[in-house]
Amino acid sequence: MVLGGGTGGTLLANRLRRQVADDDLITVVDRDGQHVYQPGLLFVPFGRVRTDRLTRPRVRQLNGGIGYHQSAASHVDIDARRVHLEDGTVLSYDVLVIASGAALLPEETDGLADATERGRASTFYDRNGAVALRDALARFDGGRIAVNIIDMPIKCPVAPIEFSFLADAYFRERGIRDRVELTLVTPLDGAFTKAVCNRELSGMLTEKGIDVVTEFNTGEVDPDGGRLISFDGREVGFDLAVTVPVHGGQAYVGRSAGLGDALGFIPVDEHTLQAKASPNIFVIGDAADVRASKAGSVAHFEGGILTRNIVSFLHGEPLGARFDGHTNCFIESGSGKALLIDFNYDTEPVTGRFPGRIGLPLLRESRLNHLGKLAFEWLYWHMLLPGHDVPGIGTDMPLAGKRLEAPAAGSHTAASPASGTRERA
Amino acid sequence: MPVKTYAGTEVTVNDEGFFTDPQQWREDMAPQIAADSGIPVLAEPHWQVVKFMRHEYEEKGTGPSVRALSKTSGVSIKELYELFPKGPAKLAAKIAGIPKPRGCI
Repeated sequence: MVLGGGTGGTLLANRLRRQVADDDLITVVDRDGQHVYQPGLLFVPFGRVRTDRLTRPRVRQLNGGIGYHQSAASHVDIDARRVHLEDGTVLSYDVLVIASGAALLPEETDGLADATERGRASTFYDRNGAVALRDALARFDGGRIAVNIIDMPIKCPVAPIEFSFLADAYFRERGIRDRVELTLVTPLDGAFTKAVCNRELSGMLTEKGIDVVTEFNTGEVDPDGGRLISFDGREVGFDLAVTVPVHGGQAYVGRSAGLGDALGFIPVDEHTLQAKASPNIFVIGDAADVRASKAGSVAHFEGGILTRNIVSFLHGEPLGARFDGHTNCFIESGSGKALLIDFNYDTEPVTGRFPGRIGLPLLRESRLNHLGKLAFEWLYWHMLLPGHDVPGIGTDMPLAGKRLEAPAAGSHTAASPASGTRERA
Repeated sequence: MPVKTYAGTEVTVNDEGFFTDPQQWREDMAPQIAADSGIPVLAEPHWQVVKFMRHEYEEKGTGPSVRALSKTSGVSIKELYELFPKGPAKLAAKIAGIPKPRGCI
């Protein structure tokens, strides 16, 4: 049984269908019928894509031989191996794959719902918000825009940076960039947590005149005063707040004893993707608490690993496939260009080329990467969701083509022993 | 690696002041680490959070984020900031002798 028919659930069900016996039943459950191509939401506020182009029926993305049941989940009874659905159905399972993603929780931030209702704040992380933001940007003829990540973790952690780049380009095209103050407000200690990538992206933000406010933990959005207020009492003023609301797991996770952590994400072995709660529960995509990004590419790379491990589990064999944390993201930088980053649990995003010495440039703006991002939409519907490997792109992160920097210069954590050595000497 | 002396014992910390070896930490070191971080007195609510951080680290290998800390401990985020003004997760982790809670990417 697969709980969730988004990117991870769909591709996993399709992969698994080809690998297990015909009389093994696979059922996908989702609370609604529309599959949204989430990477496309970023472009909606800038009028580059219509939301109806981003959605397709979930059931049509599933191969033959896969059942589909539409209902929200009520809770999982781990001991009884049953999932209770809100429509009253109880489904039992031999193996449960949780693919229910992350939920947006704007209600966890004081004032955000009010600010959103009054048009002072909006998010591009869901369809309605992205459309509202398109209208708000079209009306915007000068002032302060704060792009605010309220708390981590979030889906697609580079999206707020991309939004800032695209907003810069959008207002340039409209000829009013000099009248718009753009500020990226983040709880992290830099635009990105990994050193090399942070250096490159920070440089680009500076060049484009986008301010960055770091270590800002938003406690309140004040629609009247137009202020973001942090828990430690700092303030950032705005005329329009583009917020990325707090993320958590789906509500049913909290109602399922022993399944999730305090935020509703599900603890798993980060290599086998088996849930710590029970050996016959596996997790794919944003629902898991792994330290990889919450991104479609992660679900894609996890899909191959998880399919092999579920087949091993069904045969009573040890779980041999190990996910390395492989993540691959295009970062749209405006004016028809994009960057590409490729990394895993142990290797941070660096410069070079992907997937090998001849390939797309990494961490560098190029027209080619922008075309790659556009091509990805086709790949998503026709390769990723049907559960195919993308030719030339393996599950494990490739090292060929990457320019790895000496660790001392590379990361915060690795930098400390080196500086410490100097201190001692 | 920088060396600090807390409660008469030398310990190694990283350049941000976090213990590199959580095993070197003892409870009697906490008041001095706190004082160095701008918290002159460790009161009972501080201790509850510090011990909770320690417990979470031992269970899970990383300290919790502020939000997880709040949800699990039942102390609101606002109150946590009153206790640890420069950032509860980071400051409490430092005082508890555990690594900085890992950044999410």
